[in-house]
Amino acid sequence: MAGLEVPTWDPETALLIGTILVEAVVLYVGYGGLERLLGGRLMKMLVGGDEHAQ
Amino acid sequence: MLNSLTGVLSSSPELLALFVGFGLVVGILFGFFGMGGSFLVTPALLMMGYQPRVAVGSGMAFVFGTAVIATLKHHDLGQVDYKLGAIMIAGTTIGIETGRASVFYLESLGIAGGIISVAYVLLLGGVGLMVTRDALQGDGGSIDHESADKDLSEYEIPEIAKKIQQTVRIPPMVTLRGDVRVSAWVITTVAFLTGLLSGFLGVGGGFIRMPAMIYAIGVPVPVAVGTDLFEIVFSGGIGSYLYGQGGGVDLAIVVPLLFGSALGARIGSAATAVVDADGIKIYFGGMLLVGATAVGIGEIGSYLGSEPIEMLGLILVIGAAVVVAMAIVYTTVMSLRTTRRKQVSAAE
Repeated sequence: MAGLEVPTWDPETALLIGTILVEAVVLYVGYGGLERLLGGRLMKMLVGGDEHAQ
Repeated sequence: MLNSLTGVLSSSPELLALFVGFGLVVGILFGFFGMGGSFLVTPALLMMGYQPRVAVGSGMAFVFGTAVIATLKHHDLGQVDYKLGAIMIAGTTIGIETGRASVFYLESLGIAGGIISVAYVLLLGGVGLMVTRDALQGDGGSIDHESADKDLSEYEIPEIAKKIQQTVRIPPMVTLRGDVRVSAWVITTVAFLTGLLSGFLGVGGGFIRMPAMIYAIGVPVPVAVGTDLFEIVFSGGIGSYLYGQGGGVDLAIVVPLLFGSALGARIGSAATAVVDADGIKIYFGGMLLVGATAVGIGEIGSYLGSEPIEMLGLILVIGAAVVVAMAIVYTTVMSLRTTRRKQVSAAE
């Protein structure tokens, strides 16, 4: 593995990278949803109003 | 693969919490400054005693995940030059593979950790000095993602890029967005060199690639921002795959880091709407300089076989990032409270 290599198909590694890709998409969607759900309340708690929630 | 997944589950709660917390801090910095998402991850992993291939490979896989999230957020900007991106992917991938092969070779000689740490001291020190100088001079200095909102016609090609376009006319010549005509060899060289840096250090390399695209190729700033993100998703994915094949990607590191950083990036990005980044940039420069010193201290500790000195280096790296991230959050909350008070008193 120390020389230059051409990527070859390796299902295990593909699954490993796929897991990171899926996690990234899930986090993007999940945190986006949480922000819409709880963002306003959190801002109200932090600054005493929800005008800046967006 | 199953081993990797069980590795995540079998990690100690303290380690998982450390990675989630560190990811949160790194995400705040990336979301706020638009760069620096990965500067501190690989050195911290090296100081924690991970093998160089795991530290760099997991750092790169983390960059890949971060780039996917950033691209999902920016996909509607429509400022990606796909032709430039495609040419760059090839050069960057070869660069990453060369960097990866160098890490594996140096690891077989038993000197990878030391050389990567020295490279990080130079990189963090150099970028830290540049950012601190810009902050002290009061000019914006860096290229932020907000510049993507401007129109392409507002940008003028820098003199140095014009000179390169006129001097290096080796065919094939390609026309890019913004009517930029440049030799494909210039693009490939820039891509290869930044890819080499990514593959060797496990960083995204946007802090080098974006200025290189602007000043060496002559790409308008918004196109450089969009194309950089598009490019990192592909080259970072391929780089992570290559490292993964050699056992260099540890999900027990990447999964919790990404979990924290995705949230942190949202906080940092939201903070840019409230706080002026230039006011805090000097802390960011200071953090990079402390990071450079910390990596140096950690390496001395490793050379002397002194665990307390290595631990001091690790605490300094993480501590510097935590202080700057807390400064961003604190300044944002204080600024919001001040605005709120003014609104309330105006209403009364």
